[in-house]
Amino acid sequence: MNGHYASLLHALLPEASLVLGALLVLGFDLFSGRRNSASARLSASVIIGLLAIAAAAYHACDAGVGGNAFKGVLVLDSLGLMTRLGALGLAALTLAMAPGVVRLRHPAEYVAVVLFATTGFTLMAVVQQLLVAFLAIELASLSLYILAGFDKHRPESAEAGLKYFLFGGISAAFLLFGFSLIYGLTGSIEFTEIARQLQVTQGNTLLVVALVMILVAFGFKAAAAPFHLWAPDVYQGAPASSAALIASASKLAGFTLFVRLFWAGFGPVAGGTGLTTLPGWIPAFVIVAVVSLVLGNIAALAQTSVRRILAYSAIGHAGALLLGVLVAGRFGPASLYFYAATYGLATVGAFGVIAVVERAGRCDDLGDLAGLYRRSPLLALCLLVFVLSLAGIPPLAGFFGKFLVFSQALKLSGLAGTAGWVALLAIAMSAVALYYYMLILKQAIVVAPRPAAESAIKVPTPAAAVLVLTATLLVLLGVFPSLVLQLIH
Amino acid sequence: MSTLPLLSLVVFTPFAGAAGLGLLRGASPAASRALALIFSLSTLALSLVLLGGFDPARTAPQFVERHAWIAALNVNYSLGLDGLSLLLVLLTGIVTPVALLASAKAERDSRLFGALFLMLQGAALGVFLALDFFPWFLFWELSLVPAFFLIKLWGGQGATRAAYQFVIYTIGGSAFMLAGFAALFVATGTMDFNTLAQLAADGSLAQKLAAFGGGNWTKVIFLGVLIGLAVKVPLWPFHTWLPPAYAEAPTGASMFLTGVMSKMGVYGFLRILWPIFPGPLHDASCWLLALALGGVVLGAWSAMRQTDLKRMVAYSSINHLSYCLLALFAVSYATGRAGPSSEAAAAALSGTLLQMFNHGLSAAALFACVGMLEARTGGKRGLHEFGGVRTAAPIFAGLCGVAMFSSLGLPGLNGFVGEFLIFRGVFGLNAWAAAIACLGLLATALFLLTFWQRVFHGPRAGATTGVFADVQPGEYLTLVPLVALMLVLGVAPHLLTRLINPLVTAWAGHLTLP
Amino acid sequence: MNALPWTIYLSFAGSALALVAGARSAANARWVALLTALAGGVVSLFAAREFTPGPGLQTIVNLPWIRELGIRYHLAADGISLTMVVLTGLAATAGILFSWNIKDRAGEFFALYLALIGGVYGVFLSADAFVLFVFYEIAIVPKYFLIAIWGSKNREYAAMKLVLYSFAGSAVMLGGLLWAYGAAGGRSFALNDLAAAAVNFSRGDQIGMFALVFFGFAVLAGMFPFHTWAPTGHAAAPTAASMLLAGVVMKLGAYGCLRVAMPLFPVGLAFWQPAIAWLAIAGILYAGLVALVQDDFKFVIGYSSVSHMGFVLLGLAAANSQSVAGAVLQMYSHGIIAGLLFAVVGRMVYERTHTRRLVDLRAMPLHRLLPFAALTFVIAGLASMGMPGFSGFPAELTILIGTWKTSPLWALFAASGILVAAAFTLRAIQVSFFGTTDKSVPASAVDHRPFEPITWAEKAGTVLLVAATVYIGLKPDALLNWITPALNSPLFQAALKGGTP
Repeated sequence: MNGHYASLLHALLPEASLVLGALLVLGFDLFSGRRNSASARLSASVIIGLLAIAAAAYHACDAGVGGNAFKGVLVLDSLGLMTRLGALGLAALTLAMAPGVVRLRHPAEYVAVVLFATTGFTLMAVVQQLLVAFLAIELASLSLYILAGFDKHRPESAEAGLKYFLFGGISAAFLLFGFSLIYGLTGSIEFTEIARQLQVTQGNTLLVVALVMILVAFGFKAAAAPFHLWAPDVYQGAPASSAALIASASKLAGFTLFVRLFWAGFGPVAGGTGLTTLPGWIPAFVIVAVVSLVLGNIAALAQTSVRRILAYSAIGHAGALLLGVLVAGRFGPASLYFYAATYGLATVGAFGVIAVVERAGRCDDLGDLAGLYRRSPLLALCLLVFVLSLAGIPPLAGFFGKFLVFSQALKLSGLAGTAGWVALLAIAMSAVALYYYMLILKQAIVVAPRPAAESAIKVPTPAAAVLVLTATLLVLLGVFPSLVLQLIH
Repeated sequence: MSTLPLLSLVVFTPFAGAAGLGLLRGASPAASRALALIFSLSTLALSLVLLGGFDPARTAPQFVERHAWIAALNVNYSLGLDGLSLLLVLLTGIVTPVALLASAKAERDSRLFGALFLMLQGAALGVFLALDFFPWFLFWELSLVPAFFLIKLWGGQGATRAAYQFVIYTIGGSAFMLAGFAALFVATGTMDFNTLAQLAADGSLAQKLAAFGGGNWTKVIFLGVLIGLAVKVPLWPFHTWLPPAYAEAPTGASMFLTGVMSKMGVYGFLRILWPIFPGPLHDASCWLLALALGGVVLGAWSAMRQTDLKRMVAYSSINHLSYCLLALFAVSYATGRAGPSSEAAAAALSGTLLQMFNHGLSAAALFACVGMLEARTGGKRGLHEFGGVRTAAPIFAGLCGVAMFSSLGLPGLNGFVGEFLIFRGVFGLNAWAAAIACLGLLATALFLLTFWQRVFHGPRAGATTGVFADVQPGEYLTLVPLVALMLVLGVAPHLLTRLINPLVTAWAGHLTLP
Repeated sequence: MNALPWTIYLSFAGSALALVAGARSAANARWVALLTALAGGVVSLFAAREFTPGPGLQTIVNLPWIRELGIRYHLAADGISLTMVVLTGLAATAGILFSWNIKDRAGEFFALYLALIGGVYGVFLSADAFVLFVFYEIAIVPKYFLIAIWGSKNREYAAMKLVLYSFAGSAVMLGGLLWAYGAAGGRSFALNDLAAAAVNFSRGDQIGMFALVFFGFAVLAGMFPFHTWAPTGHAAAPTAASMLLAGVVMKLGAYGCLRVAMPLFPVGLAFWQPAIAWLAIAGILYAGLVALVQDDFKFVIGYSSVSHMGFVLLGLAAANSQSVAGAVLQMYSHGIIAGLLFAVVGRMVYERTHTRRLVDLRAMPLHRLLPFAALTFVIAGLASMGMPGFSGFPAELTILIGTWKTSPLWALFAASGILVAAAFTLRAIQVSFFGTTDKSVPASAVDHRPFEPITWAEKAGTVLLVAATVYIGLKPDALLNWITPALNSPLFQAALKGGTP
């Protein structure tokens, strides 16, 4: 038994570091923070938080790729490692850009909650058991609810937090219900065991119910249509850095768990990619993916708020990511990971720009970005990179993510199968998406600044560093995707 | 045979002059005019050299220059000269300087005017000398550019429209001709006129054309080339661009257009359509004869209805050129039929060639006369706006009279020889056509005499009542050479026929269908 | 030969440098841009001197890029690419000369301009479909900003329309490529490998893939009825961008059709051939007729571009060595001529008269106020009409010849297209520059404020382009000797089997 716990500790050291870091942040702030200004407290908390994340990353690498751990509750594979690192990295970026940008009344608590959320993410990355998975998801979600409502100055933030909480709560209920049905059907909560059991069970109505429940729940979490209703309000209302985290690291970890659960756990009942073999979850997946792609991208066209555009684009991206989950069964999760990670990077960057602009005024309407090129060339250039990456323009990383997923979807069975057609739809939708992305860039780069908001924007050094780093990463990964791809098998 | 590329010199000297004028920014109007005149005279000078080396007995092209040009299209830069070309080079050499002199009063931009005129001359010469479609077409199209601007910039009120119509009609025709030659190239792999003519003569062209799309496409290709040339001549009913273009152009340009450019079309018929498409032309000759007769008769009758003198002369041009085509079509019609007299054919063909030359002289002279009337009366040129010019300016009237009667075909003047030969030939080949064409003769006589009577006879009236100067020294230079040639050639047509007789005899010699 | 990729690298480096230099002064950015473009042109000409014409792409660089997908950074050239690269060098240099007067945000302008050029060079030199696609997309975004920031009337709409059309086209094309890549086993994107694998595709698959790839590319080539972005975009763009758009960017589409769609899917080509030809003919005639009634000077030229690109597409559709060689020649020719036309309209006329409406221009005796512009436009117009002696003529003639071989009917329609082109060009010439030819009014008395004289940069650009079109007009062999051997490669021969449907 001892050995097991030792291995468990070894495997979970990253999470332990994060929790420890969170406690440290709170403690440090409690004892020394009260005398200092809010910004100094934030900086100190962020530094501690970053150190904790660095420690977690170190331990994650140290844990390495060692296969199942703790009787198969966790799995330390390359995907898990990369997801952990990715989530940590994205969380670090969101944290690092906060000083000087985000105004918070309780900076230490903010950082601590971010660390707790990150703990949830890293756990989601490696879990392969229903119970721990649920715990990880809920740990992350609860933290995110708090983060969404963290800005007490703005009622929108509170509304966002509440809305997110209500939707999230319902989805948790669905999830739990689905999980319990699965447990009832298979007598196990471990993915591998579930798969083994499902291999021998016959088609079963309860199984369908269970799968649908879980799918709905994940749909909520991933903001896939038609379960997306919370997303625009949360993206709009939450503080920019929280929104960045919700949109990036949480997605990355969520989709990793998604792949594990559905392929490792429910793989035997996947069904075919053709619509003829109805039993199985793939057809349902396809429907959700198609609806997300269409609804997200079309609805985004009508938005005038930058954040809402990003929210709807996130819904569209969720559709493409679902496609990535589909192809992961045959071609492995590398392309999905690449997509989710680079999408996360670009979104963090975009929200970072929004956060910096907000500090100098408003950044809600598209028009608030007007003349960004003159107010801050650096921000404009970075925004160009982020938005184009989201749009999927080479040589940026976002293009390559799309390219991987779509090429694999078409590789599945050409246009003979549904996946191919969904890929074509997704490709077509990326052309639609370009329209609203260009609207953002038009304001930022083409239009002259508004008379009321002509002043130059000063970008705080940490935020500038984060943005430049993110942009560089996007270019680098776009030109050399092999850097990441070769790490996932 | 000297090694000097004489024909290239003939073609490119005017272009060099045009370029020179274009570069000489500061040249005064007088200097520009002089320079243009000198360069335009180069053709006459060089053609005299050519005349010296020319051997009328040889019917093949002489002074041939041939250099590979575009390998991918099997195009050669190939120039050559036979009797037909020589005749037209001479004509160009005579008409151009005279036309430039007639425009000496063109009040503005003498430099540009001269440059455009020289370009026009060079292009026309290129057309008459090129033996390969590519260079030929290059010059053919190039001639439109200066013509367009000469009409447009120096023309009258309706010049814009006239110039546009002129160019569009011609280019429209050319486009189809180009398509036709593209097809010929596909079938044969060459666009060389002589090679194509040889292929046509031994019948292999028809086979090759038929091979790639059936006999109907041969007809379409023939039609394409026909339209391109017919518009240029013009053959009735493709003539509608001509009266406005000639009427609106400045005098010098009208002279060149009618004197030289209209010959380019007829030349094309003789050099291209007839040798390369003998079969299709023969098949269509019945219809074409009808069209040519339409031009002869309706051209003349339309001229009779005109009150604008320039338009009247323009319509008379249609009428005169239609004689040339009439003769050619009659020859083609008779080809391969029982009992065609090669003597009649030879008569018709040499009539055609003479008529081309003579019409060049007489029509140019007539336009010059109308231009002089205009110059004296501030732009008036209505048939009813004059009267009694003979009393006011007897020398002028005399010179005009010669030109007019030459145009009418009065024996003793040059016009008579050509028309007589044509009628003689056509009677032998197709008597009906000749009979109908007589109606045209009648009408021509009527309108020219009306012109003569209204403008030159009677009491001084209308615009003639005021001061009306007789021929000025400068104007002599325009009219006298033309009139002198009319008189000389009227009594000594053999000066010309000497050059073309062997060629025509050779043509008429093998009037068989492949 | 091996220096050719430097055209790409130099352009991107110049782009970055221009951005930095532009922060100091517009003049710096200008010179950086001019030197960069010149360097690209010189590199391409030097490469051309060393080039040995022959069938097949001659590899220049071939490095593994993304091992996981079998994608290689493979650059190669044959006579066709070389023609296009030389064209790009010429058009780019001329474009910078004609944007010498840009003062507002000059650094960004030239940076975007050079980035676009770099992408264009890249497309022409790619031998791997993925690399080609990447460069193709790189060329899209700069267009948006060039038009939206420095454009004229309606610029934001036009820029968006243009970018969306291009992107949608490229997306469709990407779909087809990915399909083929997947069907080929997903091991390589090299054009040769894809073509080799495509032999085994079913007829239905080939037809579908060809349609996606060809029509995706054809959008950018301005194929009717996907052409509407072109006139709007060209009209709204700043001069240099119009020159590049019409001159080079539209060629990207046609080049893609030729380089990717046709050799890869010969069966698909055979199936779609008539449809493409008729659409091309419809484009030639429709766009020509529309150009005949436009009142906006730039729209006339914009539609003329569509009409001329119709000839290119027809040449491709006729699918035999001659017609395709003609199409490539026409790409070169139109690239130069369209550049010249837009230079006159956008730079010489519009920036002095501040109107593009023919009604307004008609009232000004422009041929006397701007004689140099008038002369240039006449030359460009004649070249555009297909006047012999300019590059357009051998191109159209070769296309006609090739088209006859495939379908005489198409050739006849194409010939009538030449007529229409003559009609609208002539109309543009006479209405714009020779609208008022009233002799009684001396030039000095015309009531217009004096226009600034034509600058040396404009003259230099004009001379460059006129020389380029006349040289090829008189010596088409210079290019045909590159193009024709390239078409003898097995890849092209598979697509050009006699050309009969």
